[in-house]
Amino acid sequence: MAILQIRQAIRDAMKEEMLRDERVFLMGEEVGHYNGAYKASEGLLEQFGARRVIDTPIVETGFAGVGIGAAMCGLRPIIEFMTFNFSAVAFDQILNNAAKIRHMTHGQFGVPIVFRGPNAAAHMLGSTHSQAFEPFYAHIPGLKVVAVATPYDAKGLLKSAIRDDNPVVFLEAELMYSVKGEVPDEEYTIPIGKADIKREGKHVTLITWGQAVPISLKTAELAAKEGIEVEVIDLRTLRPLDTDAILASVMKTNRAVVLFHGWPYGGVGCEVIARIQELAFDHLDAPVLRECYEDVPFPYAENLEHLCLPTPEKGLAAVKKVLYKR
Amino acid sequence: MTASTATSEAAATTTAEHAAAEIAAQFKGQSKDDTLRDYLAMLRIRRFEESAARAYTRGKISGFLHLYIGQEAIAVATKQAIAAHDRVVSAYRTHGFALALGSDIKACAAELFGKAAGLVGGMGGSMHFFDKAHQLWGGYAIVGNHIPVATGHAFASKYTGDGAVTLVFMGDGAVGIGPVHEGMTLAGVWKLPIVFVVENNQYSMGTPLKRSVPVEDITARAAGYGFHSDRFHVTSVHETRARIAAAVDRARADNQPSLLELITYRFRGHSMSDPAKYRQKEEVDTWRLQDPLERTLLALQQLHGLDEATLEQHDAKIIAEVDAAYEFAEATPQPPPEARFENILVGE
Repeated sequence: MAILQIRQAIRDAMKEEMLRDERVFLMGEEVGHYNGAYKASEGLLEQFGARRVIDTPIVETGFAGVGIGAAMCGLRPIIEFMTFNFSAVAFDQILNNAAKIRHMTHGQFGVPIVFRGPNAAAHMLGSTHSQAFEPFYAHIPGLKVVAVATPYDAKGLLKSAIRDDNPVVFLEAELMYSVKGEVPDEEYTIPIGKADIKREGKHVTLITWGQAVPISLKTAELAAKEGIEVEVIDLRTLRPLDTDAILASVMKTNRAVVLFHGWPYGGVGCEVIARIQELAFDHLDAPVLRECYEDVPFPYAENLEHLCLPTPEKGLAAVKKVLYKR
Repeated sequence: MTASTATSEAAATTTAEHAAAEIAAQFKGQSKDDTLRDYLAMLRIRRFEESAARAYTRGKISGFLHLYIGQEAIAVATKQAIAAHDRVVSAYRTHGFALALGSDIKACAAELFGKAAGLVGGMGGSMHFFDKAHQLWGGYAIVGNHIPVATGHAFASKYTGDGAVTLVFMGDGAVGIGPVHEGMTLAGVWKLPIVFVVENNQYSMGTPLKRSVPVEDITARAAGYGFHSDRFHVTSVHETRARIAAAVDRARADNQPSLLELITYRFRGHSMSDPAKYRQKEEVDTWRLQDPLERTLLALQQLHGLDEATLEQHDAKIIAEVDAAYEFAEATPQPPPEARFENILVGE
């Protein structure tokens, strides 16, 4: 088994799928000659040529739409956003075209496409470059939304996303591209829509995804020192949501915290909590809490930014609160 | 007779003679069969649209309904200019394209009524006509957002070498919005087999062209994208066909994108809720003289001697077909309740 960085796992997933299927291509800003702003496409131009690894000008609406139009013709585009912050200017293409074309054409056309790139806050990038986009995309019927936190998950889920006949929003994290982990040498995929228990525990369920997974695991470590066993559930897919996995754990622990990168208001955390209270109300021994961004635009200043972010210490405080511990 | 009436009568005669000569020159070399074919194709769209307007007034059609009356020649010419595997992408004034491209007229009417037998199963209505089997690839109603998508179709053609040309239509009101610029930029950078067609019907909803574009010649923009361009008044099917066909040929043979501006006029408001109070009767009357349907009718009468009775017979046949389509639309069932869960995701 190889030890890979997440960026290498993503690159290998794209490479293998491009070798497997001539219809797959990669398009985006700096994906070719520059080898990717975060080097997730390193070597792909050299291997596959400019026909299939396509540099674009800075036109997110343009190339998102081109990907959609190509997918309608039967191709399987991977569209890279240099960051998901820039997907905001392509939002209409994703909302009104990618997500709806199968529906509004009554199934005459499909849009098998992957939109991928780093999401959420990195470090001191200011308010316009520090946003988590999963609430926007998970809100939309017709899309699937995936968020990954390990090389193993990144590769297996990206390969599934590329093979999926539906549009998939695939969220990575800028600060996690160098995270290392074991990746099998042999071919594998991970089904979209399945959560993963990253750590077992019996006292509190910690539901998380993406960049917040390592924070949640550290939270669990801190809690363990105080004799609290936290179960960490990595959702991995935010739409469709693995409700069964959430409920199974909550019914065991009777307590839950949702820890994520993103604003609290109207986010995926709210959806998780809504389902828990609707389907497991009688199993709860405490209100379900969120630990996430503060409800403010992100400041640049290091000290202020740090105050806005979820941390293992804040996670621990929330865990203790649902246990009514001081 | 006074001197002045004599003068004005002479002027009127001269004008009528002039108009007749103009028609004769324009339709010179066109056979009677071809001219009649074009006339009936346009008339069929117009009758369909008039029936749509009536059905809307009767409350049978809801939502937004944008009629193609005045612009029919463009759809008819497009059908004649393209090959069987080319793609036509349009915005939300699309009924004319569907009919010209060969979509089932009953399915078109049923879609307006929101019925299961509609072109897209009652999911789209007037603004989202799609008919892949007849080369109609939309059907888009967020202004300009189909331009990058159509550019993607052309990208796919170049990627796969399928030899198809994509023709994408937009209104003059679309040319200011961002996706149009981005799609055209990519088509220019990558030299894609695509024809961008602005159907300039003079109004962006209620705003006249001169208040919505900085330079009234929209094709002035072509140079910035490295496109060929062409700009003309649409007054007949055959001339429109020839000039669209030239652009299609450039796209197919050399991957040379084009920007065409087709100057036309819609005789109805922007949509059924628009009484078009922003324009004067004189303006509408002036444009009537340019109406390709009227001019083709004159050509048939003046050059080919078609009599009223023959024309009436043709019209009656079209009206019967259109009426049957709208009767079907009214009688055919709504989609079943479970249809609302279909085609959202596949493989679930």
